[in-house]
Amino acid sequence: MNDKNFDFAISIPSKGSGGKTGLWRTKRPVINYDKCTRCRFCIIFCVENTIDEKENHLPEIDYDYCKGCGVCANVCPVNAIEMKDEAEV
Amino acid sequence: MANVNYMLRGTAACPGCPIPRELNNILEIAGKDTVLVVPASCSTIVMGDDIHGMPSVVPVVHSPFAAPSAIASGIKAAMNQLNKKGNVIVWAGDGSTGDIGFASLSGAAERNEDIIYICYDNEAYMNTGIQRSGLTPRGAWSTTTPEGKREFKKPLPFLMMDHKIPYVATLSIAYPFDYEAKIKKAMTISGFRYLHILSPCPPGWRFDPSLTIEIAKLAVETGIWPLMEYENNKLKLTGPSILLKDKSKRKPIEEYLKLQERFKELSDEEKRLLEEDINAMWLEIERRMS
Amino acid sequence: MKTITSLVGNHAVAYAVKQAKPNVLAVYPITPQTTMLEKLADYVSSGELKAELIKVESEHSAMASIFGAALAGARVFTATASQGLLYMGEMIYWVGGARVPLVAAIATRAIGAPWSIWDDHEDFLTKRDAAWIQLMAQNVQEAYDLTIQAFKISEDKKIIAPCMLGFDGFILTHTMERLELLDDSSVDNFIGKRDFSIIDFDNPVGIGTVAGPQTYMGYKYSIKKAFDGAKERIKEIMKEYSEISNIDYQPIECYKCDDADYLIAAMGAWSGDARVAVDMLRSEGKKVGLIRIIMFRPFPKEEISKYIKGKDILVLDRDYSFGSGGILANEIKSISYNLDSKIYSLIAGLGGKDVSEKEIKTLAEKMINKELGDEEWLM
Repeated sequence: MNDKNFDFAISIPSKGSGGKTGLWRTKRPVINYDKCTRCRFCIIFCVENTIDEKENHLPEIDYDYCKGCGVCANVCPVNAIEMKDEAEV
Repeated sequence: MANVNYMLRGTAACPGCPIPRELNNILEIAGKDTVLVVPASCSTIVMGDDIHGMPSVVPVVHSPFAAPSAIASGIKAAMNQLNKKGNVIVWAGDGSTGDIGFASLSGAAERNEDIIYICYDNEAYMNTGIQRSGLTPRGAWSTTTPEGKREFKKPLPFLMMDHKIPYVATLSIAYPFDYEAKIKKAMTISGFRYLHILSPCPPGWRFDPSLTIEIAKLAVETGIWPLMEYENNKLKLTGPSILLKDKSKRKPIEEYLKLQERFKELSDEEKRLLEEDINAMWLEIERRMS
Repeated sequence: MKTITSLVGNHAVAYAVKQAKPNVLAVYPITPQTTMLEKLADYVSSGELKAELIKVESEHSAMASIFGAALAGARVFTATASQGLLYMGEMIYWVGGARVPLVAAIATRAIGAPWSIWDDHEDFLTKRDAAWIQLMAQNVQEAYDLTIQAFKISEDKKIIAPCMLGFDGFILTHTMERLELLDDSSVDNFIGKRDFSIIDFDNPVGIGTVAGPQTYMGYKYSIKKAFDGAKERIKEIMKEYSEISNIDYQPIECYKCDDADYLIAAMGAWSGDARVAVDMLRSEGKKVGLIRIIMFRPFPKEEISKYIKGKDILVLDRDYSFGSGGILANEIKSISYNLDSKIYSLIAGLGGKDVSEKEIKTLAEKMINKELGDEEWLM
């Protein structure tokens, strides 16, 4: 956990410090790329910093950590993101 | 706001909690030579633990509840004496800022310590399960005010302006470019800088986690949360708030209140008082702008 | 190279701090320490001491700010007493648990209620569980010498712990005594350079993060191990200091104890009065000795055990743990179970009540005549 010359509680930068938070989801955001206008709102507003911008400004959701909060679906101006039940997908 | 993360994903924050995004955007601008001082708050937990690691890519000094302003002052003093360059940023909730740590905040501001103090205001002691703080708004439900808070929201941004520090700003994550501009501005100023973010909290304010940004936006559009900047003794409004001096341009506060169950039991009288609070605040803004 | 001068205790400690060359000081006034920080403010203002003096708005912030500065690599110092020490209590534990090297001077003072600005040891002793090294001075010379040693002890790589120096309020803080000062370069060479910094932008860590039940105890155990080993290292450092100062320092001082039949145990300034009482009793043919404790934490168990075996001891406490007993008496009792010692506890001097060598002598005589109760309050 640490390589200091004495023992003290320290934490190191890590993904998933809250665990594999993708497992928290009950609903999963699914992007309809036909509707997507690449405005990047979902990337900018994702509160967990879990949507990456790919080539040509296309968004890609990191489902390992996406908590399924639905903010991306809420902010999308063209309703290109649908929240589907995790059980269905 | 691209693909490099400054708050690594998979944090312990609640779904819909804006803290990881708020911090990511700050650290992106502040850069790697930054140390965060984090007092007891939701962020203490969001910052992980010794086994699972922390999401921040910069050093974090964890602080007891009332101490962050003093710890930050000390870190900066040491860096000055040892010729080390870097930003010292306090990242504190409303409980630490407005209540238990207020004396320490006021002292550091009065000494014009060269630090940035950022209050992320979720309007209650959320980490301990939604108890009211001095910054809980009038009428809001909390576990310690089940009938709604009777008192007003302590006007922290104005109190900090009265300390005559070099920079005070209010921010909202619903307006990320205004947010970014204010962080960048703060980075160019020395002395005590105070930034205050209204940070909607899904479990505490009782709304569906998908509405975080929508509610943050409505807070500004109704005039409840004015976006302002105070610099060199001058106050100005920024972004959409500029137009909202005109009361008729503000959206009715019901649009904001109805989305949050913490205001479900708001009586007509309390709503009237809340509107009075908001009107009084805008008169104060106008007074200070002149 | 020593200079002989005379200074009041507060100024002697300030002078030692100046020679230790701290980078950051935090000051908040409280009787009886105030004139120390005024002196430090003078040093900074005149440029004799190149440091940042943070004039904090409370003692809690005083300890918090030097904690932050220490994490960033600075050598730091603050001083307080009584109410102030309690007010920074949370931070004292935080610093102890974080194992941050730093030095604080405590001008001991009684704790309210009722209000008292006068001397007793209660405030100093309330912090005995917080993982701080604790040293107590008996006179102005020791206040000076132990302050210098405190910086080296706290930063030593085998110890790495905060260090608290106690010295009696008013009795030492405001009393002028003959003082031998070391020269600046001797102090500089003795203490050495500080090498402790956790805030590193190239190796970012979260410091003091949450530690769950699986790991918390491990950190505490490592502090315990450090404290177990600290005593030997402190002895070595004291010996190093003795070589440059020609004053012998040890965790405890034994005055005429080797052949004593009866002992008095004390710490702090009134050890001087106890020493005179010992001499008076010796001149009457009674073989009494004095154990004076200089290092209270870690508690010097072996050293004290060696002297108290089979003896009757009068332990002087300028403090009291309500519902239990004198704190020093309790500590000595806790190591005496196999040693066939009889411990008498004397509670005296609370709130600055004056205690004379004659009174100590009388009580020691009562002990010798087996007329003393287990716990006596000298009213």
